[in-house]
Amino acid sequence: MRLTTTRGARRRAVGLALVGVAGVLLAGCTPGGSAPAETPAASATPVNTALTEEEVVLDVYLETNFQDAFKALAEEFTSQHPNVTFTFQADTTANLSQNATKIISGDAPPDLVRYTSVAQAAKDGIVANLDGYAEAYGWDAWPTGTMDQLRTPGDGSRGAGSLYGLGIGYSVTGVYYNKALAAELGLTIPPTTIDEFEEQLAVAKAAGELPISSGNKDFMVNFPFQALQNQYALRTPTGLDDLKHFAYARPDSTFELDSSLAAAQKIQEWAQKGYFPDDANAIDYMGDIGGFSGGEGLFMFNGDWAAAQIDGIAPGAFGFFLFPGETADSRAIAMSAPATYVVPAQAADKDAMAYFLNWVHTDEGARQIVLDVTGSTPGGPAELAQPTPKEGTLAVETLAAAQVVSQSDGAIDFTANSTPGIFTAVIGPNLQLLISDRITPEEYVTAVQTGYETELGR
Amino acid sequence: MTAVTRGSAGAVELAPPAGGAGRDARRPRGPRRRWLAWGYVAPAMALYAVLVLGPFGLSVQYSFFDWNGIGTAVWVGLENYVEVFADPSRLNALLNAFKLIFFYSVLSVALGLLAATLTRSLESRWSRAAQTILFLPQVVPLVGAGIAWSWLYATDGAVNQALRAVGLGALARPWLADFTWALPAIGLVGTWVLIGFCTMLFSAGMSKIDPALYDAASVDGAGAVRTFFAVTLPGLRNEVAVAVTVTLISALKSFDVVYVMTLGGPGRATMVPGVDVYQLTFNQARVGAGSAMGVVLMVLVLLVVIPIQRVVRGRS
Repeated sequence: MRLTTTRGARRRAVGLALVGVAGVLLAGCTPGGSAPAETPAASATPVNTALTEEEVVLDVYLETNFQDAFKALAEEFTSQHPNVTFTFQADTTANLSQNATKIISGDAPPDLVRYTSVAQAAKDGIVANLDGYAEAYGWDAWPTGTMDQLRTPGDGSRGAGSLYGLGIGYSVTGVYYNKALAAELGLTIPPTTIDEFEEQLAVAKAAGELPISSGNKDFMVNFPFQALQNQYALRTPTGLDDLKHFAYARPDSTFELDSSLAAAQKIQEWAQKGYFPDDANAIDYMGDIGGFSGGEGLFMFNGDWAAAQIDGIAPGAFGFFLFPGETADSRAIAMSAPATYVVPAQAADKDAMAYFLNWVHTDEGARQIVLDVTGSTPGGPAELAQPTPKEGTLAVETLAAAQVVSQSDGAIDFTANSTPGIFTAVIGPNLQLLISDRITPEEYVTAVQTGYETELGR
Repeated sequence: MTAVTRGSAGAVELAPPAGGAGRDARRPRGPRRRWLAWGYVAPAMALYAVLVLGPFGLSVQYSFFDWNGIGTAVWVGLENYVEVFADPSRLNALLNAFKLIFFYSVLSVALGLLAATLTRSLESRWSRAAQTILFLPQVVPLVGAGIAWSWLYATDGAVNQALRAVGLGALARPWLADFTWALPAIGLVGTWVLIGFCTMLFSAGMSKIDPALYDAASVDGAGAVRTFFAVTLPGLRNEVAVAVTVTLISALKSFDVVYVMTLGGPGRATMVPGVDVYQLTFNQARVGAGSAMGVVLMVLVLLVVIPIQRVVRGRS
């Protein structure tokens, strides 16, 4: 027995030592140490804007729930250009966000990938610089509010520099409302100021109705939070740019802004007054949409991507408006972001892909498909006519709202997009604490700033 | 030789061969034999090395770097490990994992013992049925179970409806949104899943206990409780050790139920190391910090499990 124990222990010790040595040896080398394949923000690749006459197959890697829309676009494109066909690989949003980086940087990447972390990918040199195409096709002249979100100087920030992606569909956010409930409560929709909006919340609460339907398990309270912050940012001349710089993770940016604190205070006040559901922190995104479309709640903050789903559940019962400002003539500001697609640096058919992307933004049929299937606006040149929404759908109102934002150049990126992990790791959990009175508005702002600095390695 | 056999087979009691010398004569253990043995084990060892040791070594390696998974990695020494113990949110996740031990291990082993004792006295048909029902949660994919349980725990879910029906409406609450109760609510799902496993294990163990011991106990006038502590529990020592080890590990590395039910919320009230590692690595692209957390978690599991194994083996 004694002998056994000693031998066993010795063997175990040797085994552990071996593992340890291996670990230390490995630790000596640097993972992924090779230099980026391409210097960040390197000069754009030479471009050719004439579509090839050869047979081309374009590989696209995208989200499962956008597959139908993309297939409709691909069919239309192939019918116009029969030598170009498409193949698809699709993943759920969560899987895609994990796998996309590896796939983009792989040996034979697809020609187009749905991908959100443009700045980091550009810094790592794994996505193609589109400046050459932008110049050749005239993309530089498109509205800057959304296009700037896809530009990066190559230091991991966004908002300026070279173009590294394009959207297929540009969303806009605002407030959905229950028409019947608003009429029953005698409310004039849309409210023209934040004060008026708050009065309507109070009326709904007093009548025993839920003022704001919100699923904060998925951190949806960030929609009203930023809607408020966008407007509070207009109190100072540089406020909005400061907020944009935060969203773009610019080197000098911070979340410690007056507008952050003001929004955090207002959100906590709303929570204390019972304007959100008691169990908001346990309701997820789908549960929120389900509850609201089922008649629970006067308002819901969300984006135009939800319009088709709400229409599908209760056609004609809901409306949409842009969140108002502090005064009736405040500038219209709304979170509005592209559904971003990038071309991997090693993609085989960059020219044909760029031709397709330009076509999606400018072809009348393609623009109509983007609106019909995604519910979002097709972007592209401001002077092009918007596609026609189906009569009586929410798309009529969301499209009108998008035009108002475009005219006031009021598009701003989601603060949640400032770094890849800030939304789920920092903003979300702290919003849950904020609306349950577990932290003060000051602590909320500090917590987000700390998380931001950690993730950016500042 | 006998001792070697017993020792290397762990707690399992093997009948010792009649005589050491005779055994050696049948199975000589020269150097050639030993190489042959290694040959048999080699394919499994190779797979183990590639699939387990390799990734483990890589995790240890990554944990010393600041790396996003693609770009250039920067050597940061022990910084990632310092963060695990200095950052309250990392520590909080580790602490929650230990709180889950109560639900995953203590409760499920205790209830499993109770269920096994009770079903033992049932007619075999009914005891099978009872065991099958208790075992069913083991078969359900945890993600599905998590979704179903979050419905049960919802404001208008079955749990609150039941409370209201019996006049305890004051206790009803959105369980998963409650900072105090969310973690216990998730822990109970773990108990629910693991009771079946424990019951099964204990029932199998009990069937090995000599019925004469139970007869002797009842002749001596021992009641049910006395019999349990004097006969059943000592007879199940090895099974309990296995159950505690397995359930402890599931508690410390829990991921799926938490990910599906709360994503670590509200706030970080139910954050566990498994979800934290996932968030760090895949959402925040901080591969080094995630790896360090993973390595610490593994060390903690070993620190908890090895003493338990020691205690049991030492006694047997």
